Amino acid sequence: MDFNYSDEQKLLIDSVERFVKDDYDFDTRRAIVKSEAGFRRDLWQQFGELGWLAVPFSEEDGGLGGTPVETMIIMESFGKGLVVEPYLSTVVMAGGLLKLGGTAAQKEAILPDLMAGSLIVAVGYAEPTSRFNLADVSTTATASGDGYVLKGHKSVVLHGPMADKLIVSARTSGGQRDAEGITLFLVDAGAAGVSRQDYPTVDGLRASEVILDNVQVSAGDIVGPLGGGLALLDQVVDEAIAAICAEAVGAMEVLHKATLEYCRTRVQFGQPIGRFQVIQHRLVDMYMAYEQAKSMAIMANLKLDAEPAERRRAVSAAKVQIGKSARLVGQQAVQLHGGMGMTDELNVGHYFKRLTMIENLFGNTDFHLKRYAA
Amino acid sequence: MDLAFSAEDLAFQREVREFIAENYPADIRARFDAGFEPRKEDFVRWQKILYEKGWIAPGWPKEYGGTGWTATQKYIFQEELGAANTPGIIPFGLAMVAPVIYTFGSEEQKKRFLPGILSSDVWWCQGYSEPGSGSDLASLKTKAVRQGDKYIVNGSKTWTTMAQWADWIFCLVRTDSTVKQQEGISFLLFDMKSPGVTVRPIITLEGGHEVNECFFDNVEVPVENLIGEEGMGWTYAKFLLGHERSGIAAVARSKRGIAKLKKIANAEQSNGAPLIEDPDFRRKLAELEIDLTALEYTELRTLARESQGKGPGPESSILKIKGTEIQQAITEMAVEAAGYYAFAFNHRAMDGANEPIIGPAATAFAAPAYFNMRKTSIYGGSNEIQKNIIAKMVLGL
Repeated sequence: MDFNYSDEQKLLIDSVERFVKDDYDFDTRRAIVKSEAGFRRDLWQQFGELGWLAVPFSEEDGGLGGTPVETMIIMESFGKGLVVEPYLSTVVMAGGLLKLGGTAAQKEAILPDLMAGSLIVAVGYAEPTSRFNLADVSTTATASGDGYVLKGHKSVVLHGPMADKLIVSARTSGGQRDAEGITLFLVDAGAAGVSRQDYPTVDGLRASEVILDNVQVSAGDIVGPLGGGLALLDQVVDEAIAAICAEAVGAMEVLHKATLEYCRTRVQFGQPIGRFQVIQHRLVDMYMAYEQAKSMAIMANLKLDAEPAERRRAVSAAKVQIGKSARLVGQQAVQLHGGMGMTDELNVGHYFKRLTMIENLFGNTDFHLKRYAA
Repeated sequence: MDLAFSAEDLAFQREVREFIAENYPADIRARFDAGFEPRKEDFVRWQKILYEKGWIAPGWPKEYGGTGWTATQKYIFQEELGAANTPGIIPFGLAMVAPVIYTFGSEEQKKRFLPGILSSDVWWCQGYSEPGSGSDLASLKTKAVRQGDKYIVNGSKTWTTMAQWADWIFCLVRTDSTVKQQEGISFLLFDMKSPGVTVRPIITLEGGHEVNECFFDNVEVPVENLIGEEGMGWTYAKFLLGHERSGIAAVARSKRGIAKLKKIANAEQSNGAPLIEDPDFRRKLAELEIDLTALEYTELRTLARESQGKGPGPESSILKIKGTEIQQAITEMAVEAAGYYAFAFNHRAMDGANEPIIGPAATAFAAPAYFNMRKTSIYGGSNEIQKNIIAKMVLGL
């Protein structure tokens, strides 16, 4: 057993943390969130130059051959800075789907640009009536000539507005909630029949409603097995959950530390409020919640390569713990900062908002409790 | 003991219900039902309708414009307003400064200020909290120095709700720094248009503008605007906080919140059926409803004590704590119910712009409402302070 980082991993931590500290401070992030594009393309390309976008890909695919631990490191540091650039969508999810299910031609066409930071890919897996069930797919892919015609509505596609390409789930056979018959397709964001309604999210990201109205794709655009896309999507979403668990741990660390510092210095009734036992116990609860979350995030990331049943249980367990911890740490950070915690001006509320959305992303606590118990 | 309302009370309930049905303007109702950011004109228009009916100030003694209702009737009135989702009656004038004025003010002050409060022609705000004085309110530093027939006020106030709309402020100021903290505080009223008053908006985390910072730079306040005696401000403030409590359980608001939550759960599909049919969801919803029922009957018992002449005591801190916890739990569950569409930030639609909503209309403002409700366990004496009050005043610890 070994919970230590290797020397290379320590270097990666240093480099991402330095970036967040020096180049992604709260005001920088605020300006990005308020900007027209909602992300910084120059920073994204910088991530590419630093090799961060190549981390999880094999050397054979032109990547750095990183393990889930490297992704965890990057996401945890990004969580500390509330980085809004599309790492989760493009590298972890789209990259994950292509890595596991892409053809040689697809990898060759996409991965070099993706790793360089010049191509952004987003993934459409949710629909207006699917809730958190990845198998609930109404979007249809009907065989037509050499290819397929896509028709449907993918909802809340994170990072959709900035995406050059999309990977969407669609049904090539079966009923709306059948596990079999789901196929993943690569679609050009600008293809005829693709329309988007873009909007900001409450936690500072961008998302799109993507309408596919008779979009023509070729058989070469299928990612993974025809009709067997669910297992692939399920695995990659588990990897994404493990990644956002790490992101949440980073965000919780910032909130826990900021609140501790505030309670040490905020004076009411002639003493720092941290001297009051009720506040001390609250800070201890936050600290324990953070530590429990960190343990589970590490556990889940280390079990991503386990066989599917074990992987799913580990990931759901972590998501439940992260959901509970994120809620406690987020709410109490706001509460203990008093009125200041309620302001847009202070960073605390922004971490709280992101943690709230992480709780909902890829299934909330109730959903993963059920999935674990099943 | 009897849980049922009397025949008179039921008749009164019908009268109130009918009046609201006939007089609540449809355009305001539409805005409030949609969950848009409220506008000053909506509040004022609705309050004037109640004023003209003679129902704007049930809490006041009859001689000053009150209704003379029993405690039960006041409760029924509040319930009916809440059930119809009418704009909340803004408390700063009617429920906060007015009782201080008619209890401690001079005859001249009563004549000067009460009519404008009743008619909603004058909007008030509350100058209590300061950047360094939140839970520890008595440590406030805003200073008023007497010069001839004026006070010169310097300092700042924060979290001043709706100060951007206010004509007047009631303000706790320090008039004596040589005595015990609580004994050097006075209660001053002044015009927000006085030279030296600046209001700066504070945007809260969900993006709304409810609260402000107010700065006072050599603001001149005539001495006749002092309420009661110099140095007695803390006593008046504590009296006022007792009044601030009534309605703090927000039972009617929470009932509306639960109705809204059910709307979301009806709109949201989960495995081919509305989420509201999911047994786990129903169980959590039932727990919430039971919590709210317990709070409602605790409030009714408090009310019954009040109608026997026992004013709201420190027990009312229970209403504040449980009331805010339940309001927060409802909005928390609304975000869970909304699923992915909770992500969408419909900020322009929230301000009332004619913008399409992303996702079902019911989920449109679920997340901002949840973020905003975090304030309730902080304001009006944080819930930690409320527990201190119960420990000390009720349990004698």
